[in-house]
Amino acid sequence: MSLDRSDVEQIAHLARLQIDAADFDGYSNSLNSILGLVDQMQATSTEGVEPLAHPLDAVQRLRRDEVTEPNQREALQAAAPAVEDGLFLVPRVIE
Amino acid sequence: MFDKTLAELAQGLERGDYSSTELTQAFLQRINALDGQYNSFITVTEEQALAQARAADKARAAGNAGALCGLPIAHKDLFCTQGVRTSSASKMLDSFVSPYDATIVSRLKNAGTVMLGKLNMDEFAMGSSNESSFYGAVRNPWDTERVPGGSSGGSAAAVAARLTPAATGSDTGGSIRQPAALCGITGIKPTYGRVSRYGMIAFASSLDQAGPMAQTAEDCAMILNAMAGFDPLDSTSAERDTEDYTATLNQPLAGLKIGLPTEYFSAALDAGIAEQVRNAVAEFEKLGATVKEVSLPNTELCIPAYYILAPAEASSNLSRFDGVRYGYRCDNPVDLEDLYKRSRGEGFGPEVKRRIMVGTYALSAGYYDAYYRKAQQIRRMIQQDFVNVLNDVDVIMGPTTPQPAFKLGEKSSDPVSMYMEDIFTLSLNLAGLPGISVPCGQASGLPVGLQIIGNYFAESKLLNIAHQFQQATDWHKQIPAGVEV
Repeated sequence: MSLDRSDVEQIAHLARLQIDAADFDGYSNSLNSILGLVDQMQATSTEGVEPLAHPLDAVQRLRRDEVTEPNQREALQAAAPAVEDGLFLVPRVIE
Repeated sequence: MFDKTLAELAQGLERGDYSSTELTQAFLQRINALDGQYNSFITVTEEQALAQARAADKARAAGNAGALCGLPIAHKDLFCTQGVRTSSASKMLDSFVSPYDATIVSRLKNAGTVMLGKLNMDEFAMGSSNESSFYGAVRNPWDTERVPGGSSGGSAAAVAARLTPAATGSDTGGSIRQPAALCGITGIKPTYGRVSRYGMIAFASSLDQAGPMAQTAEDCAMILNAMAGFDPLDSTSAERDTEDYTATLNQPLAGLKIGLPTEYFSAALDAGIAEQVRNAVAEFEKLGATVKEVSLPNTELCIPAYYILAPAEASSNLSRFDGVRYGYRCDNPVDLEDLYKRSRGEGFGPEVKRRIMVGTYALSAGYYDAYYRKAQQIRRMIQQDFVNVLNDVDVIMGPTTPQPAFKLGEKSSDPVSMYMEDIFTLSLNLAGLPGISVPCGQASGLPVGLQIIGNYFAESKLLNIAHQFQQATDWHKQIPAGVEV
């Protein structure tokens, strides 16, 4: 499966990654190389094999719907790039 | 003092040969004097270390010293440390000061250890050479023109150069075991779920596991005792009683059944490594073990399966780095999309971006079945290979890596050739099994690691086997030629 430029542009967009024009071919080549490696899987039959998502086949543990955590907004927001009135600031989204 | 193991230092503290404060000062001075050659530390926490050391000395004087009280260690910079920069070796988190401690950090802190600092690593734990760090490559103390391995390269190099007696590392595809092998030290990846992942910056959530790296299996056992155990804050933490990993170190190995997979000893294996590993296996026979050939037929498929699953999980985990709540934000974003794309494009290094893109592709509509689901099926086949073999033998042994430490820059232009380094380690993360790497010889003057693979939750057995090997051999005591102790 070989990716062309528009495929790589689409993937970068989905991943929200800005790739500079100068680096594009490099990433394209690496991705194709990795996908070539990965295509080895296709030669093997996996008919009837159940996918393994978790090594111990565990399921999500549940707990009671009770408040157990203290509000640590200030401490946790201290690392934020831009905060005002306890809200994270981002560029305008809605016109 | 610097070539003493953690166990020996503990005895020294107990006898009063030195205080924790003196010990800590000595290691801090040593790091300052020597780490320029290796670049193994990202952050040295001098003030905190000395404060912790003084507190440990007080606790000891009051009769409250546990097994790890006052002993210096260092943490891979993947683990959140409250009030201290936690960078994951990325520009994305260069200025991130963690508001909380990872569970393993707080457990080791409560056990009385002294944190010397945060150790260098491949960016976001993605790599096998420690060349992708935002803070520069780490150099192997055995030959500073060579890589220490990765992603826990800083941890391995720091222990090998005796800048710290022990360190924590993480292992998603071999990142504890492979650098341990390339640097001539001991490192264990526990069973998935044995050690909490809370506060460990996530790479691939179904593969990641934290573990100790030190000079000996005994030291690893001491640290694992503090690290392991159920954590309600980690939803993948195994609800299983803890053990005292030091209690069974001295059990004799008579009757131990060892399997050597045919697939691990192909013609492609470096001849020097093959010889050292076979010599190590012969040592085990002297200790009373029996050896037989076994087969893990799907071994080679571990590489394609892993390089779909791990990037897929990484693409999901790293989507949290968006320039909004923490981490790097680009200058003057024009809109939200620009904020995300440039913060991430500028904040992440090339290998991280490559893997995010592979993962994004594998999970995207139309490709999910062909790639992600297929890889999960292969994952189960690989797990089944191990289950079959471990019904027949107690442990599996083989080389940890296909070649010794390679030169800096040798593989960094070809991601796929770097990925081949992990052929012996990846399968354990896919299956969730525990594995330990111990130094077992040298090839061309460079360390060779023996990997021992056990059944689920068999860490005690692995540490026992490794300890017995280390009583009968002295590879683990070898110090790199350029390193003075």
